[in-house]
Amino acid sequence: MDLNLIWFVLVGILFTGYAILDGFDLGVGALHLFVKKDEDRRMLLNSIGPVWDGNEVWLVTGGGALFAAFPEAYATVFSGFYLPFMVLLVSLIFRAVAIEFRSKEEWKWWRQMWDVAFAVGSVLSAFLIGVAMGNIVRGIPLDADHEFAGSVLDLLNPYSVVMGVTTVLLFAMHGAIYIVMKTEGELQAKIRSWVPTLIGLFLAAYFVFNIYTFIDVTRIIDLVRERWWIFIVATAGILIILNIPREFARGREFNAFLSSCAGMAFMMMTFGLSYFPYMVYSDPHPENSLTIINAASTSKTLGIMLIIACLGIPVVLAYTLSIYYIFRGKTKLSSHSY
Amino acid sequence: MTTEILARAQFAFTIMFHYIYPPLSIGLGVSLVIMEGIWLKTGNPLFHNMARFWTRIFALTFAIGVATGIVMEFEFGTNWATYSRFVGDIFGSALAAEGIFAFFLESGFLALLLFGWNKVGPRLHFFATCMVCLGAHFSAVWIVVANSWMQTPAGYHLETMVDGKPQILPPGHAVTEADLGSVRAVIDNFWAMVLNPSSVERLTHVILGCWMAGAFLVVSISAYYLLRGRHLDFARASLKVGLAFATVATILQVVSGSISADGVTRNQPVKLAAMEGVFETRDYTPMTLFGWVDTDAQSTSGPKIPGLLSFLAHKDFKTPVTGLNDLPSDQFLRNRYPNASPAELAEVRPSYWPKVNAVFQAYHLMIIIGTSLLGIVVIAAFFWWRGWLWRTHWLPTRVLLIVLVFAVLGPQIANQAGWFTAELGRQPWIVYELLKTSQALSKVVTANEVLASLVLFALVYLLLFALFVYTLTRKIHHGPDSEEESEELPDSWKAILRADDGRSRIL
Repeated sequence: MDLNLIWFVLVGILFTGYAILDGFDLGVGALHLFVKKDEDRRMLLNSIGPVWDGNEVWLVTGGGALFAAFPEAYATVFSGFYLPFMVLLVSLIFRAVAIEFRSKEEWKWWRQMWDVAFAVGSVLSAFLIGVAMGNIVRGIPLDADHEFAGSVLDLLNPYSVVMGVTTVLLFAMHGAIYIVMKTEGELQAKIRSWVPTLIGLFLAAYFVFNIYTFIDVTRIIDLVRERWWIFIVATAGILIILNIPREFARGREFNAFLSSCAGMAFMMMTFGLSYFPYMVYSDPHPENSLTIINAASTSKTLGIMLIIACLGIPVVLAYTLSIYYIFRGKTKLSSHSY
Repeated sequence: MTTEILARAQFAFTIMFHYIYPPLSIGLGVSLVIMEGIWLKTGNPLFHNMARFWTRIFALTFAIGVATGIVMEFEFGTNWATYSRFVGDIFGSALAAEGIFAFFLESGFLALLLFGWNKVGPRLHFFATCMVCLGAHFSAVWIVVANSWMQTPAGYHLETMVDGKPQILPPGHAVTEADLGSVRAVIDNFWAMVLNPSSVERLTHVILGCWMAGAFLVVSISAYYLLRGRHLDFARASLKVGLAFATVATILQVVSGSISADGVTRNQPVKLAAMEGVFETRDYTPMTLFGWVDTDAQSTSGPKIPGLLSFLAHKDFKTPVTGLNDLPSDQFLRNRYPNASPAELAEVRPSYWPKVNAVFQAYHLMIIIGTSLLGIVVIAAFFWWRGWLWRTHWLPTRVLLIVLVFAVLGPQIANQAGWFTAELGRQPWIVYELLKTSQALSKVVTANEVLASLVLFALVYLLLFALFVYTLTRKIHHGPDSEEESEELPDSWKAILRADDGRSRIL
C-alpha cells in the first residue's frame, strides 16, 4: 500500500516535471508564429535549444515509470487513446526535427515551412496532452477487463476539448514568461506585453474548465463534500499565477518564471489529490476503475524501482540543475545555434 | 490476424527506422571521446577541429534518434497492451531504468556537448562528451536487457489472481487465451532478470555492432575527403582514428558473434535450426554457406560444408545439431497437447517454427556482410601499415578508398539483418516459450487504426530520411571549419574517381 502511494506520487512528479519543463518549450512553439522577424524566431528556438531535449525525457521516463509501476493503467490508456497518441507522437517528432532543421538553410520557404511545423507540432502536442488529461479527469468507460470501451469520438468530448484549449493557453503563458526571462530588448518588451493577456486568457479558460467540471463530472459533488480542503490547494495555485504580473512589475523575471512553475505544480497537485486513489476512473461502471492497487505491479517490483529511483533521481536533479545553471542568462545567437 | 500483421509491420518499420540512428550515436560517441581525449592530451588543434566536426554529425543522428525513439516506448502500450499487462512487472522496470539512468544523462550533457564549447573549459566539455557517450551505452544496456529477457526469460514466475489473491503457477504453465488478462509474469529476482542467460553476450554483440556503425561512418566520410583531395590533414587523422576503431570493433565482433551463436545453440535451438535451415537431425550436420530454404519440401539448397555446423555448435564434427523436425521437443508439445498422438504432434510442430527461410536469409546476410567487413578492415589496415593508404593517386588505394566510402552501409545492413534474425527467429513467441505474439496485441485497437498510423509513420519517416540524407550530405560538403579554401563539389561519381590534378585517372 505504501509503495503504491509512493509510486502514485513519483509518477505524478515525473508528469508534473514534464508539464513544467516541456510546457514552456511547447508554449514557445505556440507563440512562435506570432513573432515575425527571422532573428527573433531564431532567438525563440535557441532559448529552448539546449534544454528541450532533456525536458522531453521527463515524458519518456514518466511513461516508463507508469509502465513499470502501473502496467494496467499504462496499457489501458495507451491502447485506449490509440489514434490521439499516434498524432501526439507525430506532433512531437515534427516539433523536434523542426528545431534541428529550420535554420540549416537560408531559403524563405524552408524556414517558413519549419516554423509552421514547429508551431503546429507544439500546439497540437499541448492540445492532445490536455485532451488526454481531460478524459482521465472526467473518467472513461472501462469494461470488466479494464479495457477502454469507448470510441475515438468519445475522447473528443467537449469537456476534454476545453481542457485541451486550457492546456495550450497555460503552456503559451508559461512559454511567454520563459522567453521574457531568456531575452532582452525589443523582443523581450514585445513578449512581455503579451503576458497579461495570456494570463487572462488562461485564467478565463481555467475558470470555464472548473465550472464545466461541476456540470460534467458526476463524482465531483461527493468529492467536494469529502475533500473540501482541496480548494485551499487550488486557490493557492491561482494566487501564485496572479503573483506573476507583480513579479514582472518589480523586474524580477526569474521569480515570475518560478511562480509560473509553482502554479503549474499546484494545479497538478490539485488534480492528484482529487483523483487519488484512482489511476483511471471508469465512467460509467466505477467498479471497473483502475486504482493504485489493482493497476500496480507487485510490491517487489515497486520496491526495486524505488531503489532505482533513489539512486537515479538525485544524480539527475544535480546535473539537470547544473546544466540550467551553465546555460542561465540571456540567449545569444552564435555559430553553434539553431 | 490482419491486426497482428499490421501491428508487427508497424513495430518493425518504426524500430528499423529508429535503429539507423542510435548505433551511429553510440559509435560516433566513442569516436568523439577518442578524438577529444587526444586533443586534451596533445593539444593538437587538428583534433579539436575533428571533435567539433564529428559533433555536428553526431548532433544530427542524435536528434532523429530521440525524435523516433519516443515512438517505441509508446508502442508497447498502444499496440501491445496485452503484452504490457503480462510483462509490465518485469519489462517496465528495465524501460524505466533506461529513462532514469540513460536518457537523462545523455540529453542533459548533450546540451554541453553541442552548445558548451565556449561556456565551459575543455576538461568539463570532455567530461560532458564522456557522459553523453556513457548515457548512450546505458540506454543500449537496458533495452538489450529487456529484449534478452524476451528471448531467454529468467528470474520470474507466473501468477494469477484467485479471489483477489495472487496464486503462483507452476513453471512450464502454458498460457492459454483464457489466461490473458489474469495471468502475468512477476519478478522473483531482479539480477536474474537483468543477467538472464543471453543478456551479456547479446549486449556485447549489439554494442560492437553500434561501434562498427559509428566507426565506419567516420571511415567513410574521411575516405571521401581523401578521394576528393579535400581537408587532407583532417581526413588522414580522422581516417586513422576511424579505421583503428573499426578494425578493433570488427575483430571483436567476430569473436562476439561466435559466442552469441553458441548462446543461441544453448538457449534457442529452434532459432538456430531456422538460421541454418536444418530440418533433419543428422550426424555431421553440414553448414550451408548460402542458399534457399523450402519449408514445405523441408530442404535447404546451396553449397554445404559437411560437419561444420556440428563442429561450431558442439566443438565436434559428429554430434548432430537438432533439426526442426525434433523441435520444439515432444515433451514441450505434450505439455500443451496432453492427449495428442505422435502423428498429431508432428502435425502441430511447424506452427511453433518461425518463417525458416526469412530467418535463414537474414542470418546469412549478416554473416556475409560481417565477413566482408572483416576482409575490408584487414586490407585497409595492411595498406595503412605499408604506408600505401596515403598514396591517394595510386589506383589500388583509390579503389580501397571507394570501397571504404561505401562500407558505411555494411554495419547498417548487418545490424538490421541481425535484429531480424533475433526477432523473426523468436516467432511465434513474443516472450520465448511463454507468450505468443498473436496473444500480445491490444484488444481495443482495430486493423484500420493500425493501418492509419502505419501510413502516417511511413510518410513522416520517409520525409525524415530524406532530410537526414540531405543534411548529412550538406554537412559533409561543408566540411570541418577553419580549413583550406572550399571548392565546388563534383556532381558525379565519375568526377570523384578522378584525382584532382589529373595525374592519375581510373575512369
